[in-house]
Amino acid sequence: MTSEPLLRMAGITKVFSGVTALDGVDFTLERGEVHSLVGENGAGKSTLIKIMTGAYRRDGGQVWLEGQPVDFRSPEDAQRAGVVAVYQEVNLLAYRTVAENIYLGREPRRMGLIDWKRMRADAAALLGRLGLDIDPGAPLGSLNIALRQMVAIARGVSFGAKVVVLDEPTSSLTEHEVSILYDVIRRLKAEGTGVVYISHRFDELYTVCDRVTILRDGKLVGTRALAGLERIDLVCLMLGKQREELRQGTTAFGAQHTARAAEDVPLLRAENLTRGRKLDHVSLAVGRGEIVGMAGLLGSGRTETARAIFGADQVEAGQVQLEGQTLKLRTPNDAIDAGLAFLSEDRKAEGIIPELSVRENLTLAALPALTKLGVVSRQKQNEIVARYMKRLGIKAANADQKIRELSGGNQQKVLLARWLCKHPKFLILDEPTRGIDVGAKGEIQALVNELAESGLGVLMISSELEELVEGSARVVVMRDGQCVAELRGAEISQDAIIHAMAEGSATTDASGAVDETA
Amino acid sequence: MADAMKIDPAAGGARARGRTSLADYAPTYGALAALVLLFIVNAVATPNFLDVNNFRNILLQVAPTVLVATGMTLVIATGGIDLSVGSVMAMASAVAAVSLGRGVGVAILLALVVATAVGTLNGALISGFRIQPIIVTLASLITGRGVAQVISNGGQLIPFDNPRFAWLGQGYLGPVPVQVVVMVLVVALAIFVMRATSFGRYVAAVGGNEAAARLAGVRVHRTKIAVYALSGLLAGLAGLVETARLSASDAQKVGLNIELDAIAAVVVGGTPLTGGRATVIGTLIGALIMQMITTSFNMNGVSFSWSLVIKAAIIVIAVYIQRPKVA
Repeated sequence: MTSEPLLRMAGITKVFSGVTALDGVDFTLERGEVHSLVGENGAGKSTLIKIMTGAYRRDGGQVWLEGQPVDFRSPEDAQRAGVVAVYQEVNLLAYRTVAENIYLGREPRRMGLIDWKRMRADAAALLGRLGLDIDPGAPLGSLNIALRQMVAIARGVSFGAKVVVLDEPTSSLTEHEVSILYDVIRRLKAEGTGVVYISHRFDELYTVCDRVTILRDGKLVGTRALAGLERIDLVCLMLGKQREELRQGTTAFGAQHTARAAEDVPLLRAENLTRGRKLDHVSLAVGRGEIVGMAGLLGSGRTETARAIFGADQVEAGQVQLEGQTLKLRTPNDAIDAGLAFLSEDRKAEGIIPELSVRENLTLAALPALTKLGVVSRQKQNEIVARYMKRLGIKAANADQKIRELSGGNQQKVLLARWLCKHPKFLILDEPTRGIDVGAKGEIQALVNELAESGLGVLMISSELEELVEGSARVVVMRDGQCVAELRGAEISQDAIIHAMAEGSATTDASGAVDETA
Repeated sequence: MADAMKIDPAAGGARARGRTSLADYAPTYGALAALVLLFIVNAVATPNFLDVNNFRNILLQVAPTVLVATGMTLVIATGGIDLSVGSVMAMASAVAAVSLGRGVGVAILLALVVATAVGTLNGALISGFRIQPIIVTLASLITGRGVAQVISNGGQLIPFDNPRFAWLGQGYLGPVPVQVVVMVLVVALAIFVMRATSFGRYVAAVGGNEAAARLAGVRVHRTKIAVYALSGLLAGLAGLVETARLSASDAQKVGLNIELDAIAAVVVGGTPLTGGRATVIGTLIGALIMQMITTSFNMNGVSFSWSLVIKAAIIVIAVYIQRPKVA
């Protein structure tokens, strides 16, 4: 019995309507171990966690808890067995006290009534055991988000949790609060509890975790001890790259771009964009006809930078200039009027209007130009739609087909056409080829290249290093909300990008990157 | 089993192809079929159903509901709801009644301005302060009725003798009642707006995916405020029609519970409460179904209570047909 690991999952498989989310993944957690789970988008982290904690049923594989085979039917089931998840959003009752929240559903009773005195005393003892200075009688809502999270952990521990799963626990915490969390984790560890820790921040992994399991595209890449594992190797594992043989020549960008002649005034210049912990003095510049790549792991601030430039999120500080003019960016509308366009990362949540036709989706941004006295010219609309459906090779039954019925690649082409038909000066592409088939991918890459050659400035965010290396004249690398490197010309290689993603430190002079182009 | 139906974010890239477009209109076609069925059954079973006067009555009775429900359709298409319409009718009615002395034109204009203003305020609160539509318009429902009663001297019935104003609710254009003409014009205009204008597309886009619409440069705030303003305007118009029909303003009764009839008409007609799609013609059909049930039960001497039960069943069936197919 004691030689068995605390939790063992073997060959876990999960299929969602024909799509394999997890494919034969193994995972083991020892007693008193803090084990991190990492992977980029679509790696299967959250699916694995949900199977571990009973939110999903597995389609294949085996799970053992302390050597006993288990099959959790619900989160409650898992909780009873001692596997507890604490999510980013704490699901507790804000108007009830800390003690009530901890014992919700299992209140100590005396003669059929809740034994309030004992409940408070038990809660106080439990919080003390975790080294937390929280009043058990305080309403949960009066605590800050960090302490609420601690209460959620305490609730888990009160179930006699053997396994605690923390899903991005620090995403909304300040540094001091993070240190409280670390303290609690160390106490759990000392008591022999196993902790599964998910975070995008490498510093945290190396601080609190013992081992790391890497997933990619639903498959297990491997499990490693963090001590002695170089960051660069970890990034390579996450991205599926070999350090020695980084491939070249697999995208439709063809040969690497030669850096175009630098201009005195770049087309677009962003300076010192700052927003909480998400963006920390981010500066960059893009010239006419230039494709600037942006690299970084999930959560590094890439999308946040794009949204800030586009006016979709308000920044606390910083400015954006287009052709030397400072833009007033309060809404995306302001950016669009100035000639900016933004192909967002999440097609489904922020791109398509699912119930509308290809025609309406394609012309949505261009409507003001097609409208006279409020009435849309169906003829002009049809002309544009026909032209761009042909030019981009959009495959749909006809322009009246609903966009949600199209394949991902065709949806993406429609969204790209939505911007191109407005003839923008500057185009931001956030993961332009994610989740689409190889054919459409190549077509989109070739099109972007062609557009840049005709003078369009492009900022291309991508997780695909080949795409960045072959498509970009320069590559800006982000980490923890900062620009940590800018690579140009011959410096651009997958190896250099990965190094910067893993180990780069903030460029001390935030405007340095911009000055170099001047 | 239910878990297996869930779509994981990881699986978002590849989705099974959806149903055909035709199936999406099923609720509206279903409503139309139900209307035709009701018509045939009544034509056979209900004496005097095929009488011209009967049709005229049905249209007369349904007109105010259709006016209100047309505005409601736009509001619901953006994913919102407007509970205040009945109270707005009462306000418009009271304002018109007390200002008739200054001329029919002035009275109508004032009433419509007030009604539109209430709608605009609803929209501004909903969009600007991100308060839920149901809460904002519930507050307007309560306040509006109160204000209407204050305007009409504590909710007294205000009768008037003004043939020109009464024409709106009692007159005829040839064989067709004026209020039916108004209803047809409003429905036709709304269909045109939804099909041909950029505004109609923005309404559908905002309801279909607000985040995407915003990133595509759609002025989301403006669009939302506009639909509530229109809903207010049309409720005001309905209030005027009712007032003209009665030749009196009754601030306590005008438009009472009409929001529920309007929402029912919209839902039965095939506009989903989740927004993103609007069918004005469906709403007209929905309102006609509800009215025809009431009328035919009346004509057959069946208790009014039974027609309520049948209507409730129809609403449930309509919502069942429209339920999301995939989680």
